[in-house]
Amino acid sequence: MRAVRRTLIHGAALGVALILAACGQEAPKPADKPAEKAAEAPKPPPKPEPLKVAFAYVGPVGDGGWTFAHDTGRKEAEKEFGDRIKTSFVENVPESADAERVIRDMASQGNKLIFGTTFGYMEPMLKVAAEFKDVKFEHATGYKSADNMRAYDVRAYEGAYVAGMIAGKMTKSNTLGFVASIPIPEVIRNINAFTLGAQSTNPKVKTKVVWVNKWFDPGKEAEAATALINGGADVLLQNTDSSAVLQTAEKMGKFAFGWDSDMTAYGPKAHLGSSIINWAPYYKKAIKEALEGSWKVETNWWGMKEGAIDVISLGEMVPAEVKKMAEDKKAEIKDGKFHIWSGPMVDNTGKEVLAKDAKGDDKFIAGIMFYVKGVEGKVPSGK
Amino acid sequence: MEQLAALIAATLSAGTPLLLAGIGLLVNERSGVLNLGAEGMMLIAAAAGFAVGFHTGNPVAGLAAGALAGVLFSLIFSALAIGLATNQYATGLALTLFGAGLSAFAGLAYVGKSVPFKSTFEVPGLSALPFLGTAFFKLHPMVYLALALTGLVAWVLARTRAGLVIRAVGESPESAHAIGYPVRLIRVGAVAFGGACCGLAGAYLSLVYTPLWVEGMVAGRGWIALALTTFATWRPWRIALGAYLFGSVTMIQFALQAEGVEIASQLLSMLPYIATIVVLALISRNPAFIRLNMPASLGKPFHP
Repeated sequence: MRAVRRTLIHGAALGVALILAACGQEAPKPADKPAEKAAEAPKPPPKPEPLKVAFAYVGPVGDGGWTFAHDTGRKEAEKEFGDRIKTSFVENVPESADAERVIRDMASQGNKLIFGTTFGYMEPMLKVAAEFKDVKFEHATGYKSADNMRAYDVRAYEGAYVAGMIAGKMTKSNTLGFVASIPIPEVIRNINAFTLGAQSTNPKVKTKVVWVNKWFDPGKEAEAATALINGGADVLLQNTDSSAVLQTAEKMGKFAFGWDSDMTAYGPKAHLGSSIINWAPYYKKAIKEALEGSWKVETNWWGMKEGAIDVISLGEMVPAEVKKMAEDKKAEIKDGKFHIWSGPMVDNTGKEVLAKDAKGDDKFIAGIMFYVKGVEGKVPSGK
Repeated sequence: MEQLAALIAATLSAGTPLLLAGIGLLVNERSGVLNLGAEGMMLIAAAAGFAVGFHTGNPVAGLAAGALAGVLFSLIFSALAIGLATNQYATGLALTLFGAGLSAFAGLAYVGKSVPFKSTFEVPGLSALPFLGTAFFKLHPMVYLALALTGLVAWVLARTRAGLVIRAVGESPESAHAIGYPVRLIRVGAVAFGGACCGLAGAYLSLVYTPLWVEGMVAGRGWIALALTTFATWRPWRIALGAYLFGSVTMIQFALQAEGVEIASQLLSMLPYIATIVVLALISRNPAFIRLNMPASLGKPFHP
């Protein structure tokens, strides 16, 4: 009997341990430092209260990818507006009930403009937006809005397309690999754009996809990259947030791209280029509007044209003519001369999704839930 | 066939951090101490190992630093749980939370850096073998070291006087004390060994497996290692089996996905924990089974 009880106690502790394992790595960590700023603010001239701007990040600012790019944008905006604004951020905010708590906290602490930088904050932000009518909410990559909440996004697929063009030229096995995060249109259209770009330079190319169901988990991202390389892929792109895929390619002697931020340093031999997001122009615009009172509900979807997306730091192993081709295509996308989503386009089951001469509009692009021809496998069902 | 070989190689690499940590925790628990701080020790060691590897450019120094960091961090646990006889569960949990925070803070300067270490190794003569060469003989030396360590621990625990003393302390600290063994000192030593192994595992992650430092990068592997000791009913070779089994779960799923086979990854990621719960249920149904394997004084403080 004693033995049994002992085991049960041990078991209970282990149970706690297991629960903690599920959420353990996301210790909440408020990492803002407005306090010290306030202390050194000059007293004499009666200045208008600075606009308080808060950012909720899904990963750590040091992920070297998605969240890092947002934080770079925040810092640039802070530089631009100086003491007219006061920014703060909370990192590692999970896409769960915690997000609502964190965002409500931000609103009740007097922040008047709040950015939520991941798809999963959409519903929590909507809820909080309904409670704080005088606060403006900005939600990245979502599609819902309210009187005081608007969505903004970037056309990351433009970068994926250009990366695909380079990949098509660099692959020897004609097999590309894509480490995908969560099956939402944002990610699926990047897989498609990558494949379409590759097919434009190499019609024989096919793309294999592995879903890791996480935005940020270097270990899993590396394992997925390993599986793709073992499956024959020799150029990889990822829609996850760390640099692990690039590093795995470097380790295994294959090629890959940086995503969201310039990742050259992580794997100089493998790095073909980085498709980066520059959030600064948008953050400057949004903050300017909030300061001037011209903020209104609209959808902002920015790409290469607005300077929000770029493909940079092309590697030395990329031949000059391929580099030129990529630059030319970037220019065409900027000018609006080239439209990625042009018919005829069929999905990978052979069904026509865009008729000949048809162009996919933003509504089409926002709802892409199919793989184009050349992508292997099936879009995972359910969210 | 080559693909299967590559899958085996990837599984062995993925299982190695679990095996290293698991084998350390096994010795730890065989002496009667349960240290739930594994995750924290691994994180601290991952950060410390990466920092030293980055500055010295020497992976061996990095791994050694990781092990040392694990030992130092485990001494905090020993001071509290063994020295002051605090509750082992609570102390271990506190250590994990502390380790997560401290590593994130101390590692800030290393975010976004990478270490340029040689990443391919070949066992001379054997790596050219068809199939076997790819599957077993092109792996990082740490993979073999982990297996050697498992053998060593199995032998020491089962066949040597030192192993007998450790087990005696874990089974009946009172008797061991009465005979004249320094129970608490032996436990501190066992915990330090656990810390060193968890440290090696953490440094393996940040220097070899995914050569970078990011906050929270251990991502629950410390907990899986803890679950492993139970899953393995405190037997060294079963730890190795479990580590590779758990290590293979995600690898197999990703390999299947790359081939176009769809299975829910969420289901597979539950498997290690379900397996542990099943083992727990089984061993608590059979007292004889526990008496044979589970250290009788596990988790209980000892007052001399």
